[in-house]
Amino acid sequence: MAVVQTDAPEMYTGEGFGLTRLEKIVGLARANSIWPLPFATSCCGIEFMATMASTYDLARFGSERLSFSPRQADLLMVMGTIAKKMGPILKQVYLQMAEPRWVIAVGACASSGGIFDTYSVLQGIDKVIPVDVYVPGCPPPPEAILDGILKIQELVKHETFRRRNSEEYKALLAGYGID
Amino acid sequence: MENAAAVSQSIDYIAIFVQFIVAAGFVITVIIGTHYLGPKRKTSQKLQAFECGLDSIGNARLPFDFKYFLIAILFVLFDVEVIFFYPWAVNFRELGQSGFVKMLVFVAPLLLGYFYIVKKGALKWD
Repeated sequence: MAVVQTDAPEMYTGEGFGLTRLEKIVGLARANSIWPLPFATSCCGIEFMATMASTYDLARFGSERLSFSPRQADLLMVMGTIAKKMGPILKQVYLQMAEPRWVIAVGACASSGGIFDTYSVLQGIDKVIPVDVYVPGCPPPPEAILDGILKIQELVKHETFRRRNSEEYKALLAGYGID
Repeated sequence: MENAAAVSQSIDYIAIFVQFIVAAGFVITVIIGTHYLGPKRKTSQKLQAFECGLDSIGNARLPFDFKYFLIAILFVLFDVEVIFFYPWAVNFRELGQSGFVKMLVFVAPLLLGYFYIVKKGALKWD
């Protein structure tokens, strides 16, 4: 895989200086230093392990530091079947994450319940928490997970400071009963 | 005048101070800046203790018996005292009478302390 190059944000450049908006610089910094919290419950978690390992090497994208505490995590990666009993726990982990926070649903089960169309399985984690990016596959290959991370990076890069205070975002959280 | 350039003046070192100020200033600015740049949501659920997503049970700040700590710290104290005995014992003959007196001066206050803790019952486990 080729080295991913990050383009500099739009700038007004002059002799030895560049001017841009703080939002863009912060977005750039955030996007390239995402600390994921892996919430792996089944086979998608195994694919995630391959994503972290040498061949695919998620560290190239600034995410080498996995956080197993939500306090220091930016990105919640839900990988695997989430049973209904696990739902409140997942929600609590999400609630205790540091702001701003993003969620990626990896695989069919996390996205929609997958093949487990039964009474005991949550039919997609977006029933309990808002999801930013869905990665399809059963399980998705590491390339797909990397693609999902890059999509998250795009979201992070272009997020405005206002978004988390906007009425739409508040309404979204209120829809999940999160204050 | 040709000597003036070679003689270093204290004003020449002001760059180092400027560097220290810039280094400390950058760190302090960034640490303070993050608190203003980052969005915050201090809800009661977020501020709860993290117990892997489960509800926390009880309070982490419980009173507990510190006997073990007391015994351990006293052990360390007398253990270090014994360490000082080894070089003294090896050189016992060379140090002679004055060495013996010095050691007594060293041991006496610690021995006093030992009698104190025994009298106080610090070593009683039950």
